[in-house]
Amino acid sequence: MGEKVLMKGNEAIAEAAIRAGCLHYFGYPITPQTEIAAYMAKRMPKVGGVFLQAESEIAAINMVLGVAATGKRVMTSSSSPGVSLKSEGISYIAGSDVPALIVNVQRGGPGLGGIQPSQSDYFQAVKGGSHGDFMKIVLAPSSVQEMASLTSTAFDLADKYRMPAMILADGTMGQMMEPVELPETEPNTFDKPWALTGTKGERKHNIVNSLYLKPEELEKTNFERFARYKTIEENEVLYEEYLMDDAEICVVSFGITARVAKNAIVEARAKGIKVGMIRPITLWPFPKKVLRAAADKCKAFLSVEMNMGQMIEDVKLATECKKPVYLCNRTGGMIPSPEEVLAKIVEINEGGDK
Amino acid sequence: MQYKRMTLFAGHYGSGKTNIAVNYALHLKSLGEDVVIADLDIVNPYFRTRDSLEELNAAGIKLISSEFASSNVDLPALPQEVYSLLDKREEKAIMDIGGDDRGAYALGRYSDAIKAEDDYEMLFVFNKYRPLTPTAEDALEIMSEIEAAGHINFTAIVNNSNLGALTTAQDILDSVEETERLSRLSGLPVKMTTVRDDLVYNLNGKVENLFPLTLQKKIV
Repeated sequence: MGEKVLMKGNEAIAEAAIRAGCLHYFGYPITPQTEIAAYMAKRMPKVGGVFLQAESEIAAINMVLGVAATGKRVMTSSSSPGVSLKSEGISYIAGSDVPALIVNVQRGGPGLGGIQPSQSDYFQAVKGGSHGDFMKIVLAPSSVQEMASLTSTAFDLADKYRMPAMILADGTMGQMMEPVELPETEPNTFDKPWALTGTKGERKHNIVNSLYLKPEELEKTNFERFARYKTIEENEVLYEEYLMDDAEICVVSFGITARVAKNAIVEARAKGIKVGMIRPITLWPFPKKVLRAAADKCKAFLSVEMNMGQMIEDVKLATECKKPVYLCNRTGGMIPSPEEVLAKIVEINEGGDK
Repeated sequence: MQYKRMTLFAGHYGSGKTNIAVNYALHLKSLGEDVVIADLDIVNPYFRTRDSLEELNAAGIKLISSEFASSNVDLPALPQEVYSLLDKREEKAIMDIGGDDRGAYALGRYSDAIKAEDDYEMLFVFNKYRPLTPTAEDALEIMSEIEAAGHINFTAIVNNSNLGALTTAQDILDSVEETERLSRLSGLPVKMTTVRDDLVYNLNGKVENLFPLTLQKKIV
C-alpha cells in the first residue's frame, strides 16, 4: 500500500478505479456524486484514459456497454434518479454477459427527492432493478477506505463472472473525508476470449448481444446465468461481524448506518446489553448463512437503514423468521443518530418493540 | 498575527476552508471584534458553514448563508446579504469561498469592491495530503486557476495539511517543507499552520504561527 492521503469517498472511488485499470469513464453530473466525474475529468487525460460527459445518463450507460463488449474495464457513476435512467442499459449489460461497474451514491427519493443521503435504492440495487431475469453484484462500503478497496473488488468480480457490479454508497459516504491508503500494486487481469478485439482474420468473430431469436435459447442462457449466480452466492459473500460472540441482539446494517449503529452498540455494551452487528458488505450475494446461524443464537434482530425498511425483508428471509426482526429507520435525507439506535436496542432488550 | 478587515479563504475543494473559516471567526470574536462570516460556496452540497450555526450563534457571530445550504435542493444561489458585508466596514468579515476555480467564480462579482476597499487578505488553504495537491507545483496550478476565476490574487498561504482524525504531529512537521516550497514558488508568506488543538502542545516551538482548530465537525 502507498502513502496515506485525505480523500472524499467519491474521489477514493475514482482513484481506485483508475488504479484498478479502468481507463474509461462515461457519466453525467448529479449531486452528490459529481466529485467522481470531476476527479475523472482531471485525472483521465493525465493517465491516457477517457473521461466523457455524455448527453444523458442513458447515453453514458450505453457507452459503458460498448466499451465493456471490448473487454476493457469501464465504469459510470450517478445518484439515485440518474441510476433509474441507466436501468435499461444495466439490463443490457447483464443480458450481454459483459463486466462493468456502476456506482450509485444514493440520495433521498422517490422522484427528484433531494440531495441529502439515503439508502432507499436497496431494492433497486439488489432485486434486479431493471427488466428481465438478472442479478448484479452489489457492494456496500462503510468507510472511505472501503470506497477504494471495494471498487477494485467490484472490477475483479465483474470480470470474473462477466456481469455488472455496483457500488451502493450514499451521499455522506461520497462527501465525507477520511485518510486512505491506495494500492500500489498492478490490477488483476482476466482472460476475456469473448471480447470484441478484432479477429485480424485469425479467428471466428465474437458476438456480444442480448437478443435471442429462439425462446428455447434465451431460456437456456438464463438458466446458465443463474447457475453462475449460484456459484457467486456460494463463494463471494462478504460481511463483517462485530461483537457477535455473545450477542443476544443482532443489529444488521450496511454502509453509513453501520457506522452509526457501531457507536450505538458501544454505548449499549457499556449498559451491559449483549448486542453485536452483522454488516453485509455484499448486499447481493446477501450473507444469508451467517444470519441464519445467528438466528439460532440471538433473541432478536434490528435492521438499521435509511429507507422505509427494505433490507429488513432480506433479513427476515435469511433468518427464516425464526426470531423477531425490528426496524430502526430514517428516510428522505435524514441519518439516524446513535441515540435513536441505542433507544431501539434498549427497547428490544427490555422485551420488544413498543 | 495581523488581521485585515476582510479575510477570504479559498483553495482546492476539501482543503479545509470551511472549518478554518469558522474557527477563524470564533478567534476574531474572542479578540472582541464584531464578526460576520459569509458562505459563498456554490459547489459543495454537504458540510457547509451553516452546520456550525449553533456555535456561531452562541458566540454572537452573524452567518450569511444561502437558505438552500445544507438543504435538500441543489441550487447554487448567493444570498443578497453578502453586499452588506462589503458596506459595513466596522465589522470584521470572513468569506468562505467554494472549492477550486469553479467555486471561486462566485467571488468574481464581489472582487472589485473588495479590491477597492483594499483591506483584505486572500488566503490559500493548502493540504498536501489531498490527492490532487501533494506538491507545491500542483497547488500552484490550482492557485492560479482560482485567481483567474475570482479576479483577485492570493496574499498568503495557510498550511492546513492534515489526515483528518488520524493526523499526527509528525504529519504536520512533514508538511512544513512543501508549504515553504509553495511559499517560495508563489512569493507569498505562510500566514499560519492550522492544527487540531490537541496537537498544539507537541508542535509548539517547532512550527511557526500555529493556529489551533478548536471546533471540529464530526460526521459519524
